[in-house]
Amino acid sequence: MSSEDAALEALAVLGDPVRRGLYRHVSGTPDEVGRDAAAEAAGISRSLAAFHLDKLVEAGLLEVSFRRLSGRSGPGAGRPAKLYRRAEGERAVSVPPRSYDTAGRLLAEVVERAGLDGELQAAARADGEAGGEASGDGTDPVEVLRARGFEPFWDAGTLRLNNCPFHALADQFPALVCGMNLAGIEGLLAGLKGGQGWTAEMDPLPRGCCVALRPADDEN
Amino acid sequence: MNDFHLAQVNVGRILAPLDSPQLADFVAQLPEINALADRAPGFVWRLVDDDGSDSTSLRPENDDDLLLINCSVWESVEALREYTYRSDHLKVLARRREWFERLADFHLALWWVPAGHRPTVTEAMARVALIRERGEGPEAFTLRAPHPPPSKAPTA
Repeated sequence: MSSEDAALEALAVLGDPVRRGLYRHVSGTPDEVGRDAAAEAAGISRSLAAFHLDKLVEAGLLEVSFRRLSGRSGPGAGRPAKLYRRAEGERAVSVPPRSYDTAGRLLAEVVERAGLDGELQAAARADGEAGGEASGDGTDPVEVLRARGFEPFWDAGTLRLNNCPFHALADQFPALVCGMNLAGIEGLLAGLKGGQGWTAEMDPLPRGCCVALRPADDEN
Repeated sequence: MNDFHLAQVNVGRILAPLDSPQLADFVAQLPEINALADRAPGFVWRLVDDDGSDSTSLRPENDDDLLLINCSVWESVEALREYTYRSDHLKVLARRREWFERLADFHLALWWVPAGHRPTVTEAMARVALIRERGEGPEAFTLRAPHPPPSKAPTA
């Protein structure tokens, strides 16, 4: 099977709306998710959730680990719970075939070699600002970031982003791409009607996007 | 404990003297970023000058008063990577072009040292020269394509 066929088969598993909902819930949650919580989030029974979650694991979209949720160990601690999290691998399909990933990597390589970080950040900031202005009524930064695939979640008073939309490139060119990303988000906040007073800064966690946001004072 | 630790060196040419307004933000962040390294998991050692806080007064090339050197030792590639790219150090990295010239050639090198070894400026600069001369290899490499530590010497 070609890699395109493999990607299409994996993605076809997400064609089922229930499964898609479960996948989005698990991948948008920073911690691992148990069956009960996933079932509740999707509004379905535990056994149906278990069935679909395992289909997602078979397709390589989710990964499983076992852990005792009670925190106890040894005899009498109960069976470890089956927990799900997003699998690391990426799948991209375009119809007809396009190779923006290759183009992105080559462009990043050249920009990095030329030392054009500042120029890239200025372009990202302007692009973010224009995008923010164009969002019109969707002026809540949380929802705008969600729509852009960042998977925002609240961590006390800080808004963190569970997904890095530029993951592979950020991995290869961290300084360049993370700097671009921060500038893009700063631009977005500046352009958004609801973004006034919000601040964004680099605050990387072990996983996810390196940018964290703090809302305007009057929001929290 | 590993028999070998990972040494890293990078050199950077600042765009203006350290006491200039242009470098002020960089200089202001140095103590925080160095303290972050000192307590980072897997951190072993870093080069400091006679002041003992950082290496900004060292000049690895005599004729170049704007060339700074940074050299440190880590327990593993992963430890160095986490500090470099997944800590507040990334804040400084993302602004590197505000303070540092782009160097056309390799400006950093990684290599394995026996645990306990402390590289000297001369030794570190020799690794930069090596990677410039021969490209990436087991004796001098980068985080993009790390080489594994030498296999353990047979114990007597």
